[in-house]
Amino acid sequence: MTAIYLLFILMLAIFVGFELIRKVPATLHTPLMSGANAISGITVLGAISIAGKGYEEWATWLGAAAVLLATINVVGGYMVTDRMLAMFKKR
Amino acid sequence: MSEGMITAAYILAALCFILSLAGLSKQESAQSGNWFGIVGMSIALVATLAAANVSALWIVVACMLIGAMIGLHLAKKVEMTEMPELVAILHSFVGLAAVLVGYNSFFEHTSHLHGVELNIHLVEVFLGVFIGAVTFTGSVVAFAKLRGLINSSALMLPHRHKMNLIAGVICFALMVYFVAAGGAFGPLWLMTIIALVFGWHLVASIGGADMPVVVSMLNSYSGWAAAAAGFMLGNDLLIITGALVGSSGAILSYIMCKAMNRSFISVIAGGFGTEVVVDSDKDYGDYIETTAQAVADSLSAAKSVIIAPGYGMAVAQAQYPVYELTQALKQKGVNVRFAIHPVAGRLPGHMNVLLAEAKVPYDIVLGMDEINEDFAATDVVLVIGANDTVNPAASEDPTSPIAGMPVLEVWNAKQVVVFKRSMNTGYAGVQNPLFFKENTQMLFGDAKATVDAINQAL
Repeated sequence: MTAIYLLFILMLAIFVGFELIRKVPATLHTPLMSGANAISGITVLGAISIAGKGYEEWATWLGAAAVLLATINVVGGYMVTDRMLAMFKKR
Repeated sequence: MSEGMITAAYILAALCFILSLAGLSKQESAQSGNWFGIVGMSIALVATLAAANVSALWIVVACMLIGAMIGLHLAKKVEMTEMPELVAILHSFVGLAAVLVGYNSFFEHTSHLHGVELNIHLVEVFLGVFIGAVTFTGSVVAFAKLRGLINSSALMLPHRHKMNLIAGVICFALMVYFVAAGGAFGPLWLMTIIALVFGWHLVASIGGADMPVVVSMLNSYSGWAAAAAGFMLGNDLLIITGALVGSSGAILSYIMCKAMNRSFISVIAGGFGTEVVVDSDKDYGDYIETTAQAVADSLSAAKSVIIAPGYGMAVAQAQYPVYELTQALKQKGVNVRFAIHPVAGRLPGHMNVLLAEAKVPYDIVLGMDEINEDFAATDVVLVIGANDTVNPAASEDPTSPIAGMPVLEVWNAKQVVVFKRSMNTGYAGVQNPLFFKENTQMLFGDAKATVDAINQAL
């Protein structure tokens, strides 16, 4: 049952994603991509919930490595997107 | 934190991500859109940290701090020309993180699940690790190609399509075995190795010209990897955001492919320009060479000027003198605009960012569809560092390898000036009849130096 429910969520989110991105002008494709890239660093949540649960030691370290990588992604992605968008100026 | 509070926080975060993508679709709201994303991520992080068992919290927080510092450092020092590399390497991090999460989830959760639930969980783990591994090595190869660490031309192994197919079939068979065996470790790591090689080969066999598609495709994969992790952990927010990112990357790939008039499959299968027989014997006639002074004169006399830049402009760092040129012409009352082809640059929208960095206002930078009809009413077109995207053969010569690809119809203008280093062909290896048209003049040399010379003459 949960799997069906999660699939349902997946389908709805894909639909929303397609609807939103279709309207993005070409000018913003690069910021969109780096912004989306930062968002995909959401994997950090999964990594945290594993690293923080205090399983066996090696499992914690595996999770910690994932947390580190995903955080680089989140912070780097958002900051570079902000830097890029700040460059766009109107006449 | 109670279960209800976490759910509420996740719903709020998901809403923020949707608002973030919606904001990013308009120039005016783009920056606030990005901040919606930051707020959403912060809410999700705080909720997850509060929910996690505190026993190993210090490790998590320490890793996050180190990661944040590395991320900040990368974001601050990266050159805008290096954006594709940064995006590619960040994708590889998501991929690797997804693999680690997959393995962890396999070891920790498999023991207390039974029956159908166990089977579903195993499939999720298997797919998550597979997507993550392909994303990881694929992104590393894309990074190395963009950096010039490895040759950017397409790797052409014999029977490469068959090998990809066999890799897919073996992985599927391993998945069936993996689930049937109730989660044996062997098939999982064997598949991981195959997936790593598969991801490497997939991107290695795609040529340099198709990099915009590859990077957006990997963007899509990194989203699906996050969604797969969400399935493993039963985390709705991961699924929602993963799907948002996955579909956005897929759309961008589709837009890029359409701009090249090629199917997604043919890009992914690789090998653009490899089977092209360049007919070098064909007589295109003579080209006319011009000087910076002559170009300056005709620019002064023009009423309307369009600049069509390509990645060559950024390589020569010519965007800064080009900005000075537009300022000088605007002061003379000339209507100056930019025409950007969808696949100009090495990332979707890359050229726009490079021009924005050089302070060119975004409202005079137009896309191909917006400006293509205006060329006929234009006095002078400056083609700077672009080649295949302004090739009339695409619409005039049905036998051309780039036939059918939509291009900027610069030749309809009264006068075209092409800034080029030499008469070499572009990425696609196709000769460009534009150079031999009567209304075309060639200005040879380094784009930065020649634009500077024009600025002097003005």
